[in-house]
Amino acid sequence: MSDQFTVGSHTFQSRLLVGTGKYQDLEETGRAISESGADVVTMAVRRTNLGQNPNEPNLLDVISPDTYVLLPNTAGCHTADDAVRTCRLARELLDGHTLVKLEVISNSRTLYPDVVETLAAAKTLVAEGFEVMVYTSDDPLIAQQLEAIGCVAVMPLGAPIGSGLGLQNPYNIREILETVSVPVIVDAGVGTASDATVAMELGCDGVLMNTAIAEAKDPIKMARAMRLAIESGRLAFEAGRMPRKRYADASSPETGLIE
Amino acid sequence: MQIEVNGKSETLEPMSVAEYLAHADLVGKRIAVEHNGEIVPKSQFEHVELRDGDRLEIVHAIGGG
Repeated sequence: MSDQFTVGSHTFQSRLLVGTGKYQDLEETGRAISESGADVVTMAVRRTNLGQNPNEPNLLDVISPDTYVLLPNTAGCHTADDAVRTCRLARELLDGHTLVKLEVISNSRTLYPDVVETLAAAKTLVAEGFEVMVYTSDDPLIAQQLEAIGCVAVMPLGAPIGSGLGLQNPYNIREILETVSVPVIVDAGVGTASDATVAMELGCDGVLMNTAIAEAKDPIKMARAMRLAIESGRLAFEAGRMPRKRYADASSPETGLIE
Repeated sequence: MQIEVNGKSETLEPMSVAEYLAHADLVGKRIAVEHNGEIVPKSQFEHVELRDGDRLEIVHAIGGG
């Protein structure tokens, strides 16, 4: 598809953004990501295991920064300070790469974003030259504030992270789409292909997902399903759907019938 | 001296960050290092000396969403 979209200084071919968590092994991760057609691939930053298996394969050997645009996340951070430190470490880890996914989490029950800490972290990161793609709630006012701070994309949840419940908030997502001008990417909540299509049909610029692919019975096949679902949803959005009607409207002419 | 590396206490001879990374078998690995809350660029590994009570965080990339 020639349909491109731009986030900050980056232009992407695919509107599907994928995570690398929860796969059985790195081999499966690599195959699923490849099948998804995604350009943007998220990763986490964690303490290196010291003194354990020094030849353990590294995610970056499978998901090469030369092939994919890596999007380090701040998953697991509960404060703005920890999120900012994680982004600085990620920038060092990826040789000066400034695109990050900011997420500051409230609690493990909901993994709902702590928007107060998120706003604080976003301000610091933007001031330090990061290009911030920000995981946030579906509150349109917060999305507008994050845009005003200078985030390059706002990424509201469609449902809680890892829940697979599908888009529970289409009206809020639509309101965000109508009131911010940076790309809007649904991040979290997609369970299956039709959920991704619904997000794209609403006019979202992209969808970020991890669990829906990684926890499918066949992740490789689901990665392909998601790739097609995103493309279908985007095409349908661009094509413009027919109006909904209350009653039937025959497709075949109602004149010229035999008697 | 005693330093804390990734939350664990270690007793070591005085050394630089570069020497510590060699000691921990991390030379050439894709890692990033924070020393007392400040990033240590790779070019500075040899020049930053560890002192008693210092804290190091050594991180790498793993799967995540």
